[in-house]
Amino acid sequence: MLLFTFIAIALLALGGYMLSRGRAIALADGRLARLHSRPSYHGLYSLLWTALVGIAVLLIVGEGWLFLNQQLFYGMIADALPDEPFIAHQLVLSDARAIAAGQVASTTDALRTELADTIASMESLRIWVTCGLALLSAGAAWFLTYSRISLEWRARNRSEQIIQVILAVCAVIAILTTIGIVLSLISETLNFFSKIGWRVDMYLFGTTWSPLSGVSAGALDPEKVGAVPLFAGTFMITIIAMLVAVPVGLFAAIYLSDFASKRTRSWAKPMLEVLAGVPTVVYGFFAAITVAPAIRDAGTFLGLNVDSSSALAAGTVMGIMIIPFISSLSDDVINSVPQSLRDGSYGLGATKAETIRQVVLPAALPGIVSAILLGISRAVGETMIVVMAAGQGANLTWNPLEAVTTVTVQIVMLYTGDTDLETASGPVFALGFTLFCVTLLLNVVALRIVRRYREMYD
Amino acid sequence: MTNMRMTEKNLKDRENKISAKGVDVFYGDTHAIKDVDVNILNNTVTAFIGPSGCGKSTFLRCLNRMNDTIDIARVTGQILLDGDDIYDKSVDPVTLRARVGMVFQKPNPFPKSIYDNIAYGPRIHGLVNNKAELDEVVEKSLRRAAIWDEAKDRLDQPGTGLSGGQQQRLCIARAIATAPEVLLMDEPCSALDPIATAQIEELIDELRQDFAVVIVTHSMQQAARVSQKTAFFHLGVVAEYGDTNQIFTNPVDKRTQDYITGRFG
Repeated sequence: MLLFTFIAIALLALGGYMLSRGRAIALADGRLARLHSRPSYHGLYSLLWTALVGIAVLLIVGEGWLFLNQQLFYGMIADALPDEPFIAHQLVLSDARAIAAGQVASTTDALRTELADTIASMESLRIWVTCGLALLSAGAAWFLTYSRISLEWRARNRSEQIIQVILAVCAVIAILTTIGIVLSLISETLNFFSKIGWRVDMYLFGTTWSPLSGVSAGALDPEKVGAVPLFAGTFMITIIAMLVAVPVGLFAAIYLSDFASKRTRSWAKPMLEVLAGVPTVVYGFFAAITVAPAIRDAGTFLGLNVDSSSALAAGTVMGIMIIPFISSLSDDVINSVPQSLRDGSYGLGATKAETIRQVVLPAALPGIVSAILLGISRAVGETMIVVMAAGQGANLTWNPLEAVTTVTVQIVMLYTGDTDLETASGPVFALGFTLFCVTLLLNVVALRIVRRYREMYD
Repeated sequence: MTNMRMTEKNLKDRENKISAKGVDVFYGDTHAIKDVDVNILNNTVTAFIGPSGCGKSTFLRCLNRMNDTIDIARVTGQILLDGDDIYDKSVDPVTLRARVGMVFQKPNPFPKSIYDNIAYGPRIHGLVNNKAELDEVVEKSLRRAAIWDEAKDRLDQPGTGLSGGQQQRLCIARAIATAPEVLLMDEPCSALDPIATAQIEELIDELRQDFAVVIVTHSMQQAARVSQKTAFFHLGVVAEYGDTNQIFTNPVDKRTQDYITGRFG
């Protein structure tokens, strides 16, 4: 029924578009230039109002009424079962809904059947009235816009205003979502800190991470929520990843932009970008079953003791994953260095190598730095590879051949374990918030550098 | 040292510096330059004029092998610099470009400090042995390009922060600092206002004392003001080449006459 109404409103809007456009053309009487706005704008104005009013009525009346009905049903259940807890009321209501919809309920009794009848009649009334109202008001909106059409009517300006508002609303939705996520991160993090008795210092500087041990006592033990090993592990793996990704990615970018022939470039660049399309879970098991044993064997051969899942293995594979980000972004930046700078350098008798090292790279440096920073924030937030290949024990070490754990791994562990989510949420949100702060900082720095770079050539 | 060089140059005054014979340039299938013969004389400003797309910039870029950086460009014929073929296999285009400097249409200072812009050439060619010598070369080049007074207090600031005319003079100073023998200028004033243009023109006349200067220009007035020799390019061929005075007052070729009197172009 709702779907049908949506389609009906859409058809109404399209029909309104055609009719209004037709009327505008008829009014112009063969000389379209007499109209202030092109006929299609008159049509668009009708279309926008018809669709917006229809959908708005459908949503507001439908949802509002649904809420009222809900209150009514709960009232009825509460009258019948005053002693049961709220969760039992919810169960009764969902059973009654199931019966009303002709599905199977957990139990069937007199209360539920009776309630189901009420629900069926009330809900169908709600839906029919809402849909009728929506169609009526959409039609009315169309009629109003249709009757306003005249030679002077500024349909273009009006519809552009409406579209501008729609665009702004979309932007606001994106912003509000971000704000919502940040606020929930902050409030849950504060909640977690209150549970460890506001020992934020223990969280930031403690070296023992085992937040769920002894949690049965109700409160978390501030002695065991030290996040240092997690962040140390994250940074070690990130550094290893960048040691792989930055040289390889940057040199690949220099080759692609300044040395490769057009033909080589046309297939080599897409090939490199395929790397970026490999799902990280694939990298993860590649790291776990291919790279980690290989590194271990190599270590054994050299007489070193290598853990079966080492920071080195995870970091190397993560570096490979980040190569295309660095190479692709750097290649774009290097290519955007104006040819005139290269010509200037060649014109002074500089070789290609001198030109690249002393003119092109310095000019592209801000962009390259921001590519690297974006790569780092990618590495810090990467999860799948480290879950599979890095290890799970919070081990504070400088040795890349040992297993370490990362922030993201611990978040996954806490939520996939058998602890109830309520308890696990505290440390998870605190870690998530800290991680968010780190990547946010990196992104802000990267964006600033990019902005400075843009100013240079415009 | 400088004086000796001056006398040596004066002795060779008005000698052929570059002589081009039967030069053809192809861009892919396009025949851009057809059988061009031009001589560039020492201590002389030679102007290349002609309508847009006539090949004057293309020919200019042949003289220091800048066309090498374009994949599809192909040059045939003979271009001699001091009697040596610059397209000979044994010639390194990089060394050639150090001898034949170039200034471009759009000022293109490197995103470095003013000092480092000038020091770029001397550093890569090893022309100086220490910081003091480099300082001297930088100051001398900036003075030669008539921008020392404006730049001396801001040598460590980026060259991109200068005005358009200043940037172009910086680029000329940068080219001079490499101590070239020939200076090629590809419409050096087309991006500048009249005041900056006048300054650059004055500068070009000064530079003639030390270099052979070749300038491509759209402005016939400019060619008449700064050059002693003029080559008129038309559709890829040199329609006429001779003394600037003669070209502008008494052109032999009908096409030159039409262009100069403003009948086309």
